Amino acid sequence: MATKASRTAARIMMAPAVILLLGWMLVPLVMTLWFSFRNYLPLRGGDLGFAGFDNYVRFVTSSSFWPAVSATLFIVVGVLIITVTLGVLLALLLDQPMWGQGIVRILVIAPFFVMPTVSGLVWKNMFLDSVNGLFAQVFKFFGAAPIEFLSQMPFFTIILIVSWQWLPFATLILLTAIQSLDSEQLEAAEMDGAPPLKRFWFIIVPHLSRAITVVILIQTIFLLSVFAEIYVTTAGAFGSKTLTYLIFQRVLESQNVGLGSAGGVYAIILANIVAIFLMRIVGKNLDA
Amino acid sequence: MTLHFRALLGATALCSVATFVAADSITIATVNNGDMIRMQGYTDQFTAETGIDVNWVTLEENVLRQRVTTDITTKGGQFDIMTIGMYETPIWGKNGWLVPLNDLSADYDVGDLLPAMAGGLSYDGTLYAAPFYGESSMVMYRTDLMEKAGLTMPEAPTWTFIREAAAKMTDRANDINGICLRGKAGWGEGGAFITAMSNSFGARWFDENWKPQFDTQQWADTVNFFKGMMDESGPTGYATNGFNENLSLFQQGKCGMWIDATVAASFVTGADSTVADSVGFALAPDNGLGKRSNWLWAWALAIPAGTQKEAEAKQFIEWATGKGYIDMVAAKEGWANVPPGARTSLYANPDYQAVPFSKMTLDSILSADPLHPTVDPVPYVGIQFAAIPEFAGIATDVSQEFSNAYAGQQTVEEALAKAQAIATDAMQAAGYN
Amino acid sequence: MARSVTPRRKAMFTIFAWAIGLIIFFPILWTILTSFKTEADAIAYPPKFLFFNWTLENYVVVQERSNYMHYLWNSVVIAGGSTILGIIVAVPAAWSMAFVPSARTKDILMWMLSTKMLPAVGVLYPMYLIFIKLGWLDTKIGLVVVLMLINLPIIIWMLYTYFKEIPGEILEAARMDGASLKEEILYVLTPMAIPGIASTILLNVILAWNESFWTLNLTAANAGPLTAFIASYSSPEGLFYAKLSAASTMAIAPILIMGWFSQKQLVRGLTFGAVK
Repeated sequence: MATKASRTAARIMMAPAVILLLGWMLVPLVMTLWFSFRNYLPLRGGDLGFAGFDNYVRFVTSSSFWPAVSATLFIVVGVLIITVTLGVLLALLLDQPMWGQGIVRILVIAPFFVMPTVSGLVWKNMFLDSVNGLFAQVFKFFGAAPIEFLSQMPFFTIILIVSWQWLPFATLILLTAIQSLDSEQLEAAEMDGAPPLKRFWFIIVPHLSRAITVVILIQTIFLLSVFAEIYVTTAGAFGSKTLTYLIFQRVLESQNVGLGSAGGVYAIILANIVAIFLMRIVGKNLDA
Repeated sequence: MTLHFRALLGATALCSVATFVAADSITIATVNNGDMIRMQGYTDQFTAETGIDVNWVTLEENVLRQRVTTDITTKGGQFDIMTIGMYETPIWGKNGWLVPLNDLSADYDVGDLLPAMAGGLSYDGTLYAAPFYGESSMVMYRTDLMEKAGLTMPEAPTWTFIREAAAKMTDRANDINGICLRGKAGWGEGGAFITAMSNSFGARWFDENWKPQFDTQQWADTVNFFKGMMDESGPTGYATNGFNENLSLFQQGKCGMWIDATVAASFVTGADSTVADSVGFALAPDNGLGKRSNWLWAWALAIPAGTQKEAEAKQFIEWATGKGYIDMVAAKEGWANVPPGARTSLYANPDYQAVPFSKMTLDSILSADPLHPTVDPVPYVGIQFAAIPEFAGIATDVSQEFSNAYAGQQTVEEALAKAQAIATDAMQAAGYN
Repeated sequence: MARSVTPRRKAMFTIFAWAIGLIIFFPILWTILTSFKTEADAIAYPPKFLFFNWTLENYVVVQERSNYMHYLWNSVVIAGGSTILGIIVAVPAAWSMAFVPSARTKDILMWMLSTKMLPAVGVLYPMYLIFIKLGWLDTKIGLVVVLMLINLPIIIWMLYTYFKEIPGEILEAARMDGASLKEEILYVLTPMAIPGIASTILLNVILAWNESFWTLNLTAANAGPLTAFIASYSSPEGLFYAKLSAASTMAIAPILIMGWFSQKQLVRGLTFGAVK
């Protein structure tokens, strides 16, 4: 349907975004690549010369590397499963008629407004602390031993906090999509006597597929770089050190920019593997 | 702390933080600890005296450290004064990044600075940062619980005594833990504690040839003793407790003993503490090897080389770390609230000697020797750290391994083996051997 | 909506949804409550829910200590500026990808998202050096540009999916009627796209508002937004949960209120059922 004129127009309209992002991608990427081959130690005076592949080898042979990769994937997958599943259910619920719908929606969306550092601190100190936390106090009330969430269940804890923050995002996108669902189609199915579960599976889920894809892709990008929640809760201990966290430690704690840059390159590679994998699974939903 | 903050309120009511950059204005990066916040409250006083406006950038400790380190290593020039510690000062001074403070006025009386503090903030005999306040660490304990356990705390206890006392004071049914210590990952948290403790066990980070020493018996003894004692008598989840968590536990009466920074003394005896009336102090424990397990730290003000406002910055440093500032705070808020640990004259002052924790603070500071921190000789300076650029990175990794061991996710032996590998690798990368 | 709803069903949904909403909101509610407590009440056991000495002292202290309006203004300028700039760049791009798709559209979309994959901390030093060269350190313009670039892929993605929902038949019809490209965009697409653009704007403002790496590391005294304000209250030496809560409430409140007013726009979404 597109004419030649509209194609040209389309190119012109895309140009600013593409050029900006190209610059935004290339400049840091080239600098990261450059530094990753340098022996760049700011506290020892800066760039101390060519390092060959030393940084790459050192980063990948560190005992923290593979645990960090698996911790990253574990957190991403865990949060995705929770937010997408609960997000669909919550979106369906919020779409139902009820009193005070606006208020409930804002209550559900609110966690998204909280800065990651703040939500990490609030959860750690006020809820999960094994002596003073609200959970521990409830456990104590029922005579049970309090759980040491942070040290005994670090992944559960971090996934819980991050899911709490990202559930609103998933719910919001999915709710928007549900609202565009043809209600006549649903009613027709209801008339035909299709049970609720079937209606959900054959009408609602396919309709939501593109929104779910968007949620998964966008969240993955953010979840791969989850940082503040780990920083203020476990400080990287108990196996909760993700790749981003490891790079943070190399750049800012160890002040080894070369090593951190090599880590950054690995992070890009990992992110791209994840992205290709995701596109295989859900990419077709984008065409529609 | 409510009272403390009310007083602060009165002081800050006079002042508003200038948000524009006037002709003579300086920008100061500082940490969000109580004494610095109080100093901010008196900014107007300084401006009135000198006509220099002050812009504050107040950040949490770790964020501050990253922020100023990035700026100084890239010569970003965003700050005229940076608040840094004993770890950074010698390293930065050596690199020529700081303005030497060797021409301060006679009124300022550099000779009055506590030698341990001045020494830790110098490189090659030149002072590069002026101490705003200093601290060591000591034992804070509940006199009532100690009495109930039928024990008397000696002025200079041993680790054996501490462990026994902790076990006796522990009363799980009533939610009382014999001892609370830092187990949290991070070189400034649990890392600092275990390093200072290891000194009293005869351990050290590196030998004279910069070879990491985690494979030694002394380190195994240190970490095993710590974990053993904390499993017996420590609070649940101690592997995630840092300064703030322990402060909270102690203030709520849930700890028999707490070994931590001397500045905590004013918190545990302050208005927000439920046990303020029954707190005693003692020197940090030892093991009869000649070294105690107390550390030494100072928060200090330094001027980055290259700033356009060097003269103004020096004026501020003389004002904030001088004797006049201490007198002013004492007059307005009482002697317990003055910045401690920086000046000899403060501890000679009879008014300050009346403050319950002043003597033990001074004794602790005096017993710390950053130039000879360990039983066996070491090539580095620093007690709870080694003042080399690589230390923070290595110690963060190592303290994470220790925390994993405290939480029971690996054995102490595994943690030490990993620590040795991490440190060896990092030292090789830095070209030490 | 033609479906009839029995009051009983409505009541059931209401109770259920409110219960879940309150559970999800509880941590924020608790933070807000704590901000009105004294420091001692904030850590009291058993926890005090409503019956404590309500006080505004924390807010007074926080305001005395740091000039809230200064940080708020910076947040508004940075979040607002980067969003407006982002929308200006993104709308044409998303439009052309949605309505004039080519074989490479999907690749371009993926590539755009992939520009977000470099971990921010990995490029801190390079960015800092660039900012020194440009003289952008501690300026709002620098942050506006950086946050715009960071969020641009997300904006384009969101807009792309919303635009995709607009049925092609409408465009066909408009073209049949002889509408020019300009008219097509102005009179046909824009009205239909507004809800999608509105929710994209809100999402982007939130993301920019909460961005706390670049906003902390590239600012000093002048351009620091509310994330810098919070950084002076998180983890101080000593226990100041009530003060942290007050500062957090102050940091969250503006965006919470904005969300409140715009939630209807936000979830109205794209209801094009009638034209399908």
